Amino acid sequence: MNKYALLKTTAFALASAAILGLAQPAAAQDEQVSACLITKTDINPFFVKMKEGATQKAEELGIELSTYAGRVDGDHETQQQAMESCIAAGVDGVLITASDTKAIVPLVRRAREAGILVIALDTPLQPLDAADATFATDNFEAGRLIGAWAKATLGEEAENARIAFLDLNESQPSVGVLRDQGFMTGFGIDTADPNQWGDEDDPRIVGHEATNGNEEGGRRAMENLLQVDPNLNVVYTINEPAAAGAYEALNAFGKADDVTIVSIDGGCPGVQNVAEGIIGATAQQYPLLMASMGIEAIAQYAEDGTVPEPSEGLDFFNTGVNLVTDDPVEGIPSISVEEGLERCWG
Amino acid sequence: MSDMSKQEGVAEQFAQFDHVTRGPLATVQRFLHANPTMVPFIVLLLSTVIFGLISPNFFSAFNLSLIMQQVAIVGTLAAAQSLVILTAGIDLSVAAVMVMVSVIMGRLSVDFGVPVPLAILAGMLCGLGTGAVNGLLVTAVRLPPFITTLGTWNVFLALNYYFSGRETIRSQTLDAEAPLLKLFGERFEVGGAVLTWGVVLMVAIFIVLWYVLQYTAWGRRVYAVGDDKEAAELAGIRTNRILVSVYMAAGFIVALAAWSSIGRVGSVSPTSFFEANLQSITAVVIGGISLFGGRGSILGPMLGALIVGVFNSGLRLAGVEVLWQLFATGWLIILAVAIDQWIRKVSA
Repeated sequence: MNKYALLKTTAFALASAAILGLAQPAAAQDEQVSACLITKTDINPFFVKMKEGATQKAEELGIELSTYAGRVDGDHETQQQAMESCIAAGVDGVLITASDTKAIVPLVRRAREAGILVIALDTPLQPLDAADATFATDNFEAGRLIGAWAKATLGEEAENARIAFLDLNESQPSVGVLRDQGFMTGFGIDTADPNQWGDEDDPRIVGHEATNGNEEGGRRAMENLLQVDPNLNVVYTINEPAAAGAYEALNAFGKADDVTIVSIDGGCPGVQNVAEGIIGATAQQYPLLMASMGIEAIAQYAEDGTVPEPSEGLDFFNTGVNLVTDDPVEGIPSISVEEGLERCWG
Repeated sequence: MSDMSKQEGVAEQFAQFDHVTRGPLATVQRFLHANPTMVPFIVLLLSTVIFGLISPNFFSAFNLSLIMQQVAIVGTLAAAQSLVILTAGIDLSVAAVMVMVSVIMGRLSVDFGVPVPLAILAGMLCGLGTGAVNGLLVTAVRLPPFITTLGTWNVFLALNYYFSGRETIRSQTLDAEAPLLKLFGERFEVGGAVLTWGVVLMVAIFIVLWYVLQYTAWGRRVYAVGDDKEAAELAGIRTNRILVSVYMAAGFIVALAAWSSIGRVGSVSPTSFFEANLQSITAVVIGGISLFGGRGSILGPMLGALIVGVFNSGLRLAGVEVLWQLFATGWLIILAVAIDQWIRKVSA
């Protein structure tokens, strides 16, 4: 710890020397607390909301916040450069939603060696303990909730359900796998290997298709699975844009009324779709909370060196997830659409 | 034109030499050289027949028409892309412009209360404008098309996020406030096949382009500029004007694709079609249009887009994983360019 503190002071000194052109090691003592937020993209409302949460909280606590974002989801290089800038600037903490959860690990290690608190937001690193802490939605639980809800809503018919899975993409990222396998667990499908989809042999599964998490992909994927089985009646979707696309396809096939769509995210257009009966239920997550809690944790760490603890029974800090529906079923906690709309993002 | 007749003359002179050595393969080579649409046509025919035999449900009017619906947007973009590639250029910005224009049409009509036809008109003008920007950068500033459109791709992408506020306009909102934007998503049935007006639009654009490129002076100049810009200039063609007009025509077609895409997706989504620029280039290349410009039939890219659609649908219905669909598309591209190179040797 001493070594880290020393390194940190040195980094501060070097950074301020570089900026001011002066060597003032003493200045590091009462330096303002600073933090970095690195998100996957600046496009997705989810990350926009995250940035909003971080910025608000940082202003409130008087923390200097720098934000960075990749160009697109999967843009590792930009995140790498951002991480390097943050290390060079000698910030107190970094909040990151990593695009490449493995490749970023060596840099994360370097940051931690320089005494920087690194918190993974939303997306766990691989391995998970590469970061000091992870603040995320329990994606498995999110999936489990909508799976259980779908099963209960179908009642006895759940035995003969025909289920389509509209997943994120072919590389099977952890978020996508957790939601998918969580749904199966909630619905009562044997997941076989819970670290991947596609290895299950439950006859109720119609198939898995990639959507890239947008409307266009959702529509295409839905059409493809309708081709495999025109009588499918349950659709799991990775997020609400994919669900909106799926609904378009179902509508075009004249099946919109016979199918139950469930989704995950809790974005405002998505919750609106729940209100209008397009989506049966969605599991809402809270990006704003993730980021603001992350900033609080950095402030705490800068003050007394406390590293945040994971939630009980989990290896990460759970920022919460709620099932949003106006057709609640007994035994599955949920919030109303009205409340969902109040707490929605994007 | 003079170039062509010279080539024919040379071919005639050497015909007697070749006669001894030319095997059946060389005959095929010459045939394909003379009929550039034959390669994609044969591939499409063969793949349709093969998938019809091995994949259940593939060979139904319904499935075949669904493939048409699925390729309609990329196919329309490929029409625009073909024009540019015929001039030995490339347009990496097509998808970004398309999404941006759809956002402009959507925002104007839903959020700013502009009458929908005017919003559509504004979108069309925007498409022409982006084409003019690309064209002027390529001609007046003399930047390579690849660099130009790589740059404008990013610029238009950024503007797209700016205009959209990164927010989707929901399908139900469009139904209520601007149903005309979804016109090309309307379906109709023809003997078991379900088509959308978007499919009709794609086919119509290709037919119009085919006519224009075959039978108008402008069309022949486009080919001439693509084949050999200097020779075209010496022949008195104002090549820069042709180039700018090509990029503007492409921009206009992209704007039509934008309108069509709203019907296809249902909503106005700033995040859709991220890979569509590369998909349009894929369709053009598989369709047998030479990336070196000046050669290939405009109908090829439509067949190219359909080939990709047929492969994806056929493999899926045969129960093949999605990654193998990518694998197959990759080899199709390589094969198509290899065949193109081989055919080119006839004239070498």
